[in-house]
Amino acid sequence: MTIQFNNETFRDDYSFNNSQRAKDRFPFPFHEDSYMYSINMEQHQGGPADSIYEKRFDVDEHYISEMRDRALVLADDPLRCQSLPHMTLAGWDLLELIMVSKSEDYPELFELYRDGSNWHWINKPMGIDDHFVFMDETTLPFGPMEYITRQTQGDFCVLDQREDNLWMDAGMVTTQADWSLDFDIGMNFFEWHAPVPLAHEKGIFKRALKFLLNIQQGAPARRLNWTMTVNPLLDTSPENYHKWGVQKNSLTPENLGSKQHLRVELQTFFRLPRSNGLVFPIRCYLMSFQDIMTKPKWGRRLHRVVRDLPEELATYKGFIDKRPMMLDFLAQYDDGLPTSFGVWADDDSEPSLQKLN
Amino acid sequence: MNAPAPNSTAPKAMGAEKINVFVSAIVTVNDLVKRFEFKRIDGCQFPTFSGGAHTVVEMQDGDLKRMNPYSLMSDPAKRDTYAISVRRDDEGRGGSLFLHQKVQVGTTMTLSFPVNLFSLDLRARKHLFIAGGIGITPFMAQIKQLDAVHSNWELHYSCRNPELGSYVDELTSKHDHSVHVYYDDKKQAINLVNLLDGQPIGTHLYVCGPKGMIDWVRGTAASAGWPDAHVHHEEFLAPQPGKPFAVRLAKSGLSVDVGEHESLLEAIERLGVEAPYLCRGGACGQCETDVLESEGTFIHRDHWLEDDEKSSGIKIMPCVSRFEGKTLVLDR
Amino acid sequence: MSAFKFPESILSRPVYGILEPRPGKLHLMIADCEGAEAILDLAARASDLMANTHIIFIPKGTKFGPKLQALNSAQYYEGPSFAAALSRIQRVLSNGVMGMQIYLTGTEGMMGQAQNEAMRAGYDYTAIQTEHRGSVARRMQCVHCKGITEDVNIDPFECSHCGLNLFVRDHYSRRIAAFQGVCIDAEDPGNVPPSVELYS
Repeated sequence: MTIQFNNETFRDDYSFNNSQRAKDRFPFPFHEDSYMYSINMEQHQGGPADSIYEKRFDVDEHYISEMRDRALVLADDPLRCQSLPHMTLAGWDLLELIMVSKSEDYPELFELYRDGSNWHWINKPMGIDDHFVFMDETTLPFGPMEYITRQTQGDFCVLDQREDNLWMDAGMVTTQADWSLDFDIGMNFFEWHAPVPLAHEKGIFKRALKFLLNIQQGAPARRLNWTMTVNPLLDTSPENYHKWGVQKNSLTPENLGSKQHLRVELQTFFRLPRSNGLVFPIRCYLMSFQDIMTKPKWGRRLHRVVRDLPEELATYKGFIDKRPMMLDFLAQYDDGLPTSFGVWADDDSEPSLQKLN
Repeated sequence: MNAPAPNSTAPKAMGAEKINVFVSAIVTVNDLVKRFEFKRIDGCQFPTFSGGAHTVVEMQDGDLKRMNPYSLMSDPAKRDTYAISVRRDDEGRGGSLFLHQKVQVGTTMTLSFPVNLFSLDLRARKHLFIAGGIGITPFMAQIKQLDAVHSNWELHYSCRNPELGSYVDELTSKHDHSVHVYYDDKKQAINLVNLLDGQPIGTHLYVCGPKGMIDWVRGTAASAGWPDAHVHHEEFLAPQPGKPFAVRLAKSGLSVDVGEHESLLEAIERLGVEAPYLCRGGACGQCETDVLESEGTFIHRDHWLEDDEKSSGIKIMPCVSRFEGKTLVLDR
Repeated sequence: MSAFKFPESILSRPVYGILEPRPGKLHLMIADCEGAEAILDLAARASDLMANTHIIFIPKGTKFGPKLQALNSAQYYEGPSFAAALSRIQRVLSNGVMGMQIYLTGTEGMMGQAQNEAMRAGYDYTAIQTEHRGSVARRMQCVHCKGITEDVNIDPFECSHCGLNLFVRDHYSRRIAAFQGVCIDAEDPGNVPPSVELYS
């Protein structure tokens, strides 16, 4: 399949744009008209054709531009990619996983040739053609994790599994929703999730950890998470918060539709064979409110979810102050008609919006 | 694009993914131990694995489906073959006897993808291995993995006598200084207190062998002030036999009598009911089952449940634990 | 002097205990200021430890030195600051053997940094004992410039490196041995609420 890659920015002039295909396959995360945390894990073994779930590592039209943005973030702040010394083996595991998966899933874009430890990797969209020796870092321009994640969309948390817990001991984190790899590296599962309100009391993390500890080779899992971002800004890091935080105040009722974005994370979990670690890719998809409203079911539902979300969650997800303005916008697209269960837009069957004003 | 069917929550995998294999070689290591080597039927490479991993070997013994975990002892980097070593246990449930007596080169069976419940702590400055008898097997793979990256390790291996010292020659010829062997019959014992004294900070200790040895090593290390996080052990609990007991599976609407020599998990599987598992030895938690109703005594033999979960009788680990009493109803 | 009762907080916030004697070959005790009292309390309960104990004490103006010396531990060192004592601490740790017990007591900042050194030497942090005594001021890392501001007692506070106004989070990193400070007026520059004392 051929992908037309966009030439767009996720900063400054924000020329980011979703084609119709991108809008159709956007992972709208709400399967009902309200939202509360759940573990919501399922197996990551394919999905509907052309959906974001179909391939192990989804490549879309934003690929080249996202990698360019990543390179800019790293040039400005190299601490966004770190690997504690014992995690190099896991880095090789990840490199192998991504290279094998992408060369099999997108053969017209990526090629991998292996002759024992002598590997040859071709990344056509990025114009990369490298020979290296597997497990020999001196033959790559970066450590293995950094090398391959500079070529793969989404953030990557590489976790060590010890003492019945998971430890965030390596990562490439440039598109995160407001947490710091530099600060959190070395923490365990409960510690790095410590700031999340409500979930700990519900035992969500204890159950999630048990599930993750038992993920095996060949049986990856996935789930969705979501938050809100003003402007299609990928780098919403705490490090730069003092620069981007103020953008929230640039929202007006007139521009909210185009500026306010729903930010959905596809989180996947793969067991790494040689290190027995776990990799936790976090793949970010953005869609503006005005684009979401073109799908009537999503329009109706998003209003209801945002309206009824508990205050602690809206605060934690950073939009409590702007919620009234968001609701004013969204209410225009909620005619009160019922919505079907499930995340899919039901384009063929969903009744179009009865315009309210 | 048509509205695609949403992904339903797929059922949890029953055990890890499976690989169809045939026995490519059987090597008699000594009177008690045989090594079984496997190759894939489809001719593909095996998945690589981390040293310390085991595979659950599924074998058909007439009507009985046997599923036994064995440590992978082959080199993780050599992916054309997997190897396990099996010690014949004449008093056991028959799995090792089946392998020793009935399995031949060419016999087909199924292996699970590798599962690791005994992994190396890669932060260690030094890995100190203590093996007893057939407990040497996970260390064989770990040593090969560590040698590939020139990591610091040392092995202390206790066997009954030279004739039954599996792989002693291979280990000592390749690693003269790092391997120390002790023969029970020659009254050689590991001077554990001495051995633990003076190990550099950052050393991790690993023990695999009979239960008595594991308890001794863990206890001695604790008394010497070693932190728990630095002491690792693996012990495969074979399900112990016990009085037969009746159990009802509420979700499936089925009842079964668990036989004297079969585990509760095996009885559930015998009915064709889905029951997740991974290690089948009471350690990994995957088979954890909710108890809906009970009148009797639980015989908990696992290492997974918390004390209060065991005493309150709200959960049971069917792979190794049993029950005695009037009623047991499970959420399966 | 009774120890401060820290309010319950998020899971990444360290929780301190009470030092107890543990079996071991060598006992390394590092204390600053009022932490000395925790060592004195421990020695009173387990005097046989002292023959194999190495005490490193940073008084910072407090007067516990003579009492600690009187314990007659195998080794005793008094340093003017953690930074000055650091190379000695690193030497003791790198030469350390398994079976060494580590006891840290005093301010959060000192304990965090000492724990870090032990972790760097290869010792898992779960076995390191900590008991808080004395000041509740925090070591804060500015998430923006990465600079550490010591002895923070108020919220919000000014980063001593880049000057941003930061609010104090309970989110704590063992690796950095500091709590996280985040810009408080990012969304509304200049709107900085008046500072209040921590735990008030």
